[in-house]
Amino acid sequence: MSEKELGQKWDRCLADCAIKVGAGLGLGIVFSVIFFKRRTLPIAFGTGVGLGMAYSNCQNDLSSPYLLHSNTTKEQ
Amino acid sequence: VSKCVCGKVAVHPLQHCRRYASAGNSGSAAGKIVAASLLTVGGGLGGTILYAKWDPKFRANIEKSVPYSDQLFEMTLGPPPPQFVPLQKKPVKVEPLQISSVSEASKDSKQPKAKGKAKDKQPEAAPVEPKPAIDETPAQSPQTIEEASAEAAHIISAMSEVPSVPAPVTSYEPATAEPEAQTLSPGQPAAECCSECAPDEHALKERPVEEVSARLAQQDQAEQDALAALSADLEDALGVSAKLTLQAIGAQEVALSAIGKHTHKLREAMDSEDPPDKKSAQWRELEDALSDRTRTVDQAGQALLQAKEQLEKLRVVIDSAKGSKIESARPQILAAEENLHSMIVDLDKVVTKVQAAQSEAKIVSQYSELVNEAKVQFQRELSSITPEVQANWKGLTGKLSADDLNSLIAHAHRRIDQLNRELAEQRVREQIRIEAALEQQKQEHQRAVDQAVSTALQHNREELRLDQEKKVHEVREVMEAEMRTQLRRQAAAHTDHLRDVLKVQEHELREEAQENMNSKLMEQETNYRRLAQEQLDAFTLDMNSAYARLKGIEEAIDSHVIAEEEARQAHQLWLSVEALNYTLKTAAADSPTEPLEDAVRAIKESCAENEFAQALATALPEESLSRGVYSEASLRARFYGVRRMARRVALIDETRNSLYQYFLSYLQSVLLFEKEQEAPPVKLAPQDLDTFKLLAYATYSIERGDLELAAKFINQLRGESRRVAQDWLKEARLTLETKQVISLLSAYANAVGLGTTQAP
Repeated sequence: MSEKELGQKWDRCLADCAIKVGAGLGLGIVFSVIFFKRRTLPIAFGTGVGLGMAYSNCQNDLSSPYLLHSNTTKEQ
Repeated sequence: VSKCVCGKVAVHPLQHCRRYASAGNSGSAAGKIVAASLLTVGGGLGGTILYAKWDPKFRANIEKSVPYSDQLFEMTLGPPPPQFVPLQKKPVKVEPLQISSVSEASKDSKQPKAKGKAKDKQPEAAPVEPKPAIDETPAQSPQTIEEASAEAAHIISAMSEVPSVPAPVTSYEPATAEPEAQTLSPGQPAAECCSECAPDEHALKERPVEEVSARLAQQDQAEQDALAALSADLEDALGVSAKLTLQAIGAQEVALSAIGKHTHKLREAMDSEDPPDKKSAQWRELEDALSDRTRTVDQAGQALLQAKEQLEKLRVVIDSAKGSKIESARPQILAAEENLHSMIVDLDKVVTKVQAAQSEAKIVSQYSELVNEAKVQFQRELSSITPEVQANWKGLTGKLSADDLNSLIAHAHRRIDQLNRELAEQRVREQIRIEAALEQQKQEHQRAVDQAVSTALQHNREELRLDQEKKVHEVREVMEAEMRTQLRRQAAAHTDHLRDVLKVQEHELREEAQENMNSKLMEQETNYRRLAQEQLDAFTLDMNSAYARLKGIEEAIDSHVIAEEEARQAHQLWLSVEALNYTLKTAAADSPTEPLEDAVRAIKESCAENEFAQALATALPEESLSRGVYSEASLRARFYGVRRMARRVALIDETRNSLYQYFLSYLQSVLLFEKEQEAPPVKLAPQDLDTFKLLAYATYSIERGDLELAAKFINQLRGESRRVAQDWLKEARLTLETKQVISLLSAYANAVGLGTTQAP
């Protein structure tokens, strides 16, 4: 069902976001602990990276139907 | 701004002044220009008008090219001059005809005059073309040659009458009668043929051929009769004359012989000194001979007379025969004439002979008379001397005495002397007498010669005449033969011409008859054909009508069968469609119907030969067959979810599809309040293509049960909303399609069923 597709996308998106943020956070934490003396920078950075990646992924996923593919341009 | 206004106001009167100031100069220049232009125009117009007056063609050209110029021209010059149409088509042919006729008439009038001079037939008797040519030459001859050619002219004219009869020459007969009468009259001895023709001349009409031939036969017969009569006469006369002439000649010859005999006898008697008995016998013989001679001479004379009479008669007959002018008697006449001539000649010869004999006899008789006289004198003297001695003194030789003897001797001596003296005298006179006699003889000889000459001349003339006549006869015969050949030729030409004409006529008549027959035949044939065709047509018509009726009956039966078959099939179709319809109803709330495949197969089987139904059955979408379709209610329920989603992503499309836009779109959907259902307008305007509006229309439609319209509206969505509604749209389409096909099928089945049901 096409109307369910969006919901599925959102689900994926959220899942992905959670994973990414979590992974980022984790990595941030790790990095901050290991390399950056417990500063909050890497955590924030990691979280941000994770969020950003998630955002980007989500956006890409949502806008994937509108992307023109190289084969279509070739056909055109 | 006020400056400008003032400036403007200030400028105007200057301009005006400037205009007024320059008006004077420009006025004169303008006036000059106007005057010059007026002059030019006027000059051109005047020149045109003058030239048009002079040359009408130019006027016509101008009138054609420039409108209203004809009115101008009419005003100034008057109406255009009339056109010259050539009217020289006078028929001049009448005159030559007249002239020719006049010339003909003059020619004709001249010809009769010229011909009238020659006293010939007028040339208007032209139908008998060869005749005038022939007529001319013989017509001219009668004037120059005498009776014989007059006969020819008569015969020719008689014959020319005959051939001219078949051609109608009635109007010219009086004219022809005159010249003919004229030609006939100059050379016409009265003869039967001419007398026959003469009454005919005045009663000339077109005689029929039989009359002509009868007349010809009559003429021939008359000729023949006359000829026969003539020849009979001639022969009779000839015979008689010949007989008589022969008789005369015989008699003359007999006379001649008698005379000769007598003369001989006389001479004998004179010369011989026979004894008296012999002498007496001699004298008796002599007397016999004399009597014989006289008798024969008389007879001869009579015979001669008779012969001469007969010859005269013969001559008369010959003349009359000649006068009768019958050609064929000519040779007979000639022969008769020759005979006559020969007879005359013979007679004359014989007569001359007789005359010669007679003259000789006369001489001899004279001599004998003289001798007799001398003897008688001597006798007398002797008797005077010796009276006793009588008659036959010759027998008295013994009786005579010496005296007698002496006296006798003396007498004899005296006689001798006398005779000597006479002899001398005679000798003297002899010369004179001889001369006289010679003269006489000469004269007589001359006379005889003259007579002989005249008779010879006469005979010669006769002979010449006879020769001439013979020649004439021969020439005539030759001419006759030639004429006959010419006439024969003409007759042959005539027959040829007749034959040709007859042939042509025959040909024409035959063709006519053939044509007639052909046309009649064609008529009959066409009639027959027409009748046959009519019959055939009628029969065909009947047959056709019967056949048509049979066909109609058959068709009716077939159609009945067909109709029943169709009815059955329609019933079947309807049943199957009903089954299909029923399957549609098996749709549950959220699951589709059963696959329609079976029902469709059933339909396809039931209407195997119905193309429409087949087409419709195949038009069902594949999905519906395999998977089935959703019901309307389920679709309707599903719609609301779709609607919600579509509202949420109303702002997302190709250009706007970031997350932020998603957020905005969601915000919009939350904040936008509108009617859930809105009645769609009849016509969609572009501003109605807004997502929310469309969704409102679709909701309205779907609430009213119009899935189709809702689907249409949903189809107008763009962007993400469209993507979201895609599946629903597809399902809706399937359902709609299926429903449409099924409704068509059921309608068709109903229609067919209606159609096949027969009204009671």
